[in-house]
Amino acid sequence: MQTEPAVETVTVKVDGRAVEVPRTTPNWQGNPEPTTVLQACKHAGIEIPHYCYHPKLPVAGNCRMCLVHVAMPGRPGPDGKPPMSEDGTPKVFPMQLPYEPGTPRGVIGCATGIIPGMEIYASSPETREMREAVLESLLINHPLDCSICDQAGECKLQEYSVEHGQPESRFAEVKVHKPKAVDLGPRITLDAERCVMCTRCIRFTADVAGDDALGIVNRGSYNAISTYPGQPFDNNYTLNTVDICPVGALTSDDFRFQMRVWFLKETKSLCTGCGTGCNTVIGSRENKMYRYEPRRNNAVNSDWMCDAGRLDYKWIGREDRLTKLRGPKGDITWPSALQEISGHLANAAEGSVAVVTSARQTNEELFLLKKLAKRYKALTDAVPRKGEADHLLVAGDRNPNTTGAQLTGITTKRVGSRLAAIAKGIASGKITTLIVFGEDVTQHGIDATLLGTLKLLIVSDILPNATTKKANYLLPGCAHAEKRGTFTNVKGRVQKFTKAFEAPGDAMPEWEVLHELVHAVTGLDGFNSIEGLFNQMAGEVKAFKAAGLTWASLGDKGADVKL
Amino acid sequence: MKVDRTELTWWERLYLPTLLNGFKVTLRHFFSWKRSEVYGDKQKNYSAKTTMQYPEEKWDVPTGYRGAPYLVKDVDDKTKCVSCQLCEFVCPPRAIRITPPGDSGVVDREGAEKMPKEFEIDMLRCIYCGYCQEVCPEEAIYLLKDNAITGESREELVYDMKKLLALGGADKRAYDHHVQDGVSDGIKKWETKTREAREQPKFH
Repeated sequence: MQTEPAVETVTVKVDGRAVEVPRTTPNWQGNPEPTTVLQACKHAGIEIPHYCYHPKLPVAGNCRMCLVHVAMPGRPGPDGKPPMSEDGTPKVFPMQLPYEPGTPRGVIGCATGIIPGMEIYASSPETREMREAVLESLLINHPLDCSICDQAGECKLQEYSVEHGQPESRFAEVKVHKPKAVDLGPRITLDAERCVMCTRCIRFTADVAGDDALGIVNRGSYNAISTYPGQPFDNNYTLNTVDICPVGALTSDDFRFQMRVWFLKETKSLCTGCGTGCNTVIGSRENKMYRYEPRRNNAVNSDWMCDAGRLDYKWIGREDRLTKLRGPKGDITWPSALQEISGHLANAAEGSVAVVTSARQTNEELFLLKKLAKRYKALTDAVPRKGEADHLLVAGDRNPNTTGAQLTGITTKRVGSRLAAIAKGIASGKITTLIVFGEDVTQHGIDATLLGTLKLLIVSDILPNATTKKANYLLPGCAHAEKRGTFTNVKGRVQKFTKAFEAPGDAMPEWEVLHELVHAVTGLDGFNSIEGLFNQMAGEVKAFKAAGLTWASLGDKGADVKL
Repeated sequence: MKVDRTELTWWERLYLPTLLNGFKVTLRHFFSWKRSEVYGDKQKNYSAKTTMQYPEEKWDVPTGYRGAPYLVKDVDDKTKCVSCQLCEFVCPPRAIRITPPGDSGVVDREGAEKMPKEFEIDMLRCIYCGYCQEVCPEEAIYLLKDNAITGESREELVYDMKKLLALGGADKRAYDHHVQDGVSDGIKKWETKTREAREQPKFH
């Protein structure tokens, strides 16, 4: 084990308790900066309320919600010693207004660095009074339309109002009304009234997404977030502003008025849009998926994900999902289908079988397919899917698990290079059995007439296509949200995802089906859990073994393997 | 715990006198010309009868009685519910089911951005607890006095939005209540907001 380098620490007092905190903390770009009062309080287990501060954005310090009352140690006197109090401890001076001595003065926790010996009064009556005043001023023009606001339930304004708010408004005048339901971009709707002007969205889009699209217009109470006139807010990262918006000002068109957030079950998952494998949280209710949200993983996607990936979930709930298990004679049950297929496969000769799989299948499924293929010395390959990479998250490889397919030996460095050989084998009559997982092979050089010449075509897929129409055995599969498993991203990070809801109809996780088949055909040892399967795979696949992976050691954030 | 029974007196132990006492009560009711109290004004014409012709006649339920929950409309006959789904959340037997409108939803009144696409209450599940009424931020659902909910199938007893709104009717009561409290527009808060906004100078 490598020992961590010693961290330089500073001792401060938080609510009278001495806390040792690191002298520096990584800022939004990962560079060390002096630890702030807000971060020191977090080390002490005390949350300072804040709106504009976000650990992954530059500090702006404009919402004033994180005001805290602090006391500073005195400057050293002529003798070089700091002023001491009577009991021999260093004297501290609570901050007060210079023009009004005796009135406590707050500092903003998000932008004030700590000093050794500083005392932070995180829960003192003075601090609480400051917070209440700030919150009251933020609520002056807030419309309080929580009943129709999508943010209700995960709104910082609601939460802090409960903790630090007044039961009634003292504001007797008419509130300033700002535009509601403003179409800010193709995926974003702005409610200017709800905005607290924290500028998180402005900083995100300018500094992280690299598109200086948003700004504040007008003055005072008429402040509003806006794009440049006529310029839509339409880069590929706009929906992250909805996540970081602490209130309901920015809402996603896709999620708008779809479901209240308190009904959503949150499941840790991964985005399958490209090879990056952004960590996500699936929000679902009763077998219906409502949204993706990014989940923090500093090794992969920080706090963000792209709009394309975020909206790439509608296919899971599509009406035409394959839900019926089908054999050559129509509907069939899983036990008899598996028995018949293994019966057919048991008699297949070496070299007469080929496997085309998708690089959207999990590591475990690819591993099992490879095992099955090995038995027949079968040709295997996956289908490449290319796109354009961008500066932030999107990878050029649009398959979520190409690396997994390569590591398990399903495909080579040149994905799809064996497809022509498989087509040729079928045409020559050498290959009589084709196993297809999750791809429409008619789009990739094995057309429908060629499929017609096969003796046996076993297809597993989620949505209907030309290949599933030709299948002798059609095995309805599961979306990643309906099963468990792991993907290996383009950089070699193995990450797991968990099941959010049940699959429709007969659909069954592919790894369970494959496990049965592999067990029946090759007689290999069974394992009846995904954990056992992963651990077995980690013991056999070279790269996984070298990294010493186990299901448990993956954790929520995954582990790297050497490519 | 042991309960001590009071000893019967010798008069009570005679048995027959108490039996006769019972007959006396029955006979008094039989020959009574006094109106029964529970019928109230309804029974003016039925001076001597103690039998109620249910279901043609129904009890007058007291104020505060919790009957079936219905959706009410505002004084302009517009849907008040904004589909916040708090009643669905708070409902202990999960009798309420709301389908939110989605982004392209329609509203039938000015200012409110949202109203449910569908609102169903399963009257077989409802336990008349009144939490929905209590939690509603829009005063859109009330437990009215209906207490005999019958139907011929389970499906029939799942009331949809159209039916609930028809049964609930226009909510003059809540409106008056708010006018009394000095809110000039009653509970029409969304309309008030829209009007206020229109009267303000435009900065965009």
